[in-house]
Amino acid sequence: MTGKPKVAVFKFASCDGCQLTLLDCEDELLALADAVEIAHFTEATRTSLPGPYDLALVEGSITTPEDAERIEQVRAQSKFLVVIGACATAGGIQALRNFGDVREFTQAVYARPDYISTLAHSTPIADHVPVDFELRGCPIDRGQLLEVITAFLAGRKPRIPDRSVCYECKARGLVCVTVAHGTPCLGPVTHAGCGAICPAFARGCFGCFGPARGANTPALIELLHQQGESPERIARFFHTFNAASPAFAKASQDAAAPEDMP
Amino acid sequence: MEPSTTARRAVITAEALDDVLIALTAAGYQPVGPVVRDSAIVLDALGSAADLPHGRGTETSPGHYRLRDRSDGAVFGHSTGPQSWKQYLHPARRKLWSADRDPASGDFAPEPVAEVPVRYAFVGVRPCDLAAIRILNRALRRDENAEGPFIVAVECGDPGATCFCASTGSGPGCTDSGEGYDLALTELTGSAGHRFLVTVGTARGASILDAVPHAAAPQSAVMTARRIVAEARGRMGRTLPDTDLRVLLARSAEAERWDDVASRCLACGNCTMVCPTCFCTSVEDTTDLTGDHAERWESWDSCFDIDYSYIHGGAVRTSAKSRYRQWLTHKFGTWHDQFGSSGCVGCGRCIAWCPVGIDVTEELAALDETIEPETAR
Repeated sequence: MTGKPKVAVFKFASCDGCQLTLLDCEDELLALADAVEIAHFTEATRTSLPGPYDLALVEGSITTPEDAERIEQVRAQSKFLVVIGACATAGGIQALRNFGDVREFTQAVYARPDYISTLAHSTPIADHVPVDFELRGCPIDRGQLLEVITAFLAGRKPRIPDRSVCYECKARGLVCVTVAHGTPCLGPVTHAGCGAICPAFARGCFGCFGPARGANTPALIELLHQQGESPERIARFFHTFNAASPAFAKASQDAAAPEDMP
Repeated sequence: MEPSTTARRAVITAEALDDVLIALTAAGYQPVGPVVRDSAIVLDALGSAADLPHGRGTETSPGHYRLRDRSDGAVFGHSTGPQSWKQYLHPARRKLWSADRDPASGDFAPEPVAEVPVRYAFVGVRPCDLAAIRILNRALRRDENAEGPFIVAVECGDPGATCFCASTGSGPGCTDSGEGYDLALTELTGSAGHRFLVTVGTARGASILDAVPHAAAPQSAVMTARRIVAEARGRMGRTLPDTDLRVLLARSAEAERWDDVASRCLACGNCTMVCPTCFCTSVEDTTDLTGDHAERWESWDSCFDIDYSYIHGGAVRTSAKSRYRQWLTHKFGTWHDQFGSSGCVGCGRCIAWCPVGIDVTEELAALDETIEPETAR
């Protein structure tokens, strides 16, 4: 026993980009290794120590019956369970299957679809086990990940504001791409955290961090419509990495069928 | 009102703007002012007068802002942009102190941030923004006698479609008494050539003017400047309802209009961040991975953020309706009780930079129309 908190990183259905963010903490990596014991992190080391763990970082969504069982085991071994990224918090891009027929997809893609064992839906971790904190993003922000780990070490609440991207955009002194350029932008309904990367390059927000709390998507749909976007395109704006988050799933449905909107 | 005979006035050529910037730099100021960036007029450091938006105007409407070319080559022929002087006077993020744990005792003592104050010269401050700086200083309890930035104000000759400073009494002209400025300019682009009428507001303003080639102001230039401002007053894009807004808002707490505006409001917070007088901040403490280093930061907050009203047990303004009502009621109503004036200066930024184009003048007019006359009295 070293006395340091044991941290484990687990992967479910995902691209590995969010746990890679941990390795991307180059300047802070040594301090991090000093502060915690990395007990299980297969992307970084083949050393794997058994649980229980003080902090589990969980990436990815649940898409197979096996993973639905495995996440229960992870939860049982972990004092704190923090999920990271759009897959773990909303089901990820692979949750587009939730809007189609996964059986049909496997038959179209695989020579032997009977070898494939998969669930009809891709679901976030919180649909299966209690989660202590959800860190948003596709991928997550490096600074925010460090803040969550630091807050855990200090025993305080992470400072992760649940507000729109517009706050970060304006704080950076950027020019609003919607107002000044007429560019479609999901910033007003999207959870902050990226630092308004896309508006900084004169692009509209893609909604990588999912819906902000209380997002008024009907008002944004109306604006996108006024900007000349078709119902199909508006529905697609919401149909990305956070497609299955309740607010964006409803928005894409609302956008595709505008006559049903309130 | 007749032009004052006491204010010192002069005329400078358009080319002499560069001499003004040189004189300001020589006097130890860092000039900042309007420049074109990303298809908008923003505020940034000025290297020379060539950085200013010569011949660029603006076209604004609710939720809409575009640059346009001007045939008259005016330097200050634009209305307010997405930024305000707030970003210099009250930055979006500021470190208040940092602290390191003493390894021996385990204690820590906060050390204030050693700030080297920049001596700014704000070039091109609109009358609405002069009023905003005054209101912001009052809200932040800044010492009014402390030496502030050098201010080169510019009277408005071409208000935008979202402007309503005539309704708030904060423009489009400057006062002769030199309130809020060191030098005030009026841009003259007529047949007599591209010139500026300069009105001196302070002694340090006079010393800058003395360092710049200038001529005595003919009465005709003074009268032309008066006419430009008077005509601008008549061309305001918007007006506030002609009623006591404090009374209107105090009686409108239960108005149905709040539901209507809440259905359109994104609650994104843009209006509060572009507002030159919205001053709210939150203060956050951070720690590093070792736990031995802590910092305290102040950053812009907004009444549109649900966590802004978070108190023990939860947020008290969870609906967008309650948050919009809070903002409008404070800005135009209870601000008077708190700070002795309205919080609005009629710059129109919140109208232009609201992505969905919510217009405060329209919302106030709608409240004014729907409130029962007998209860409004």
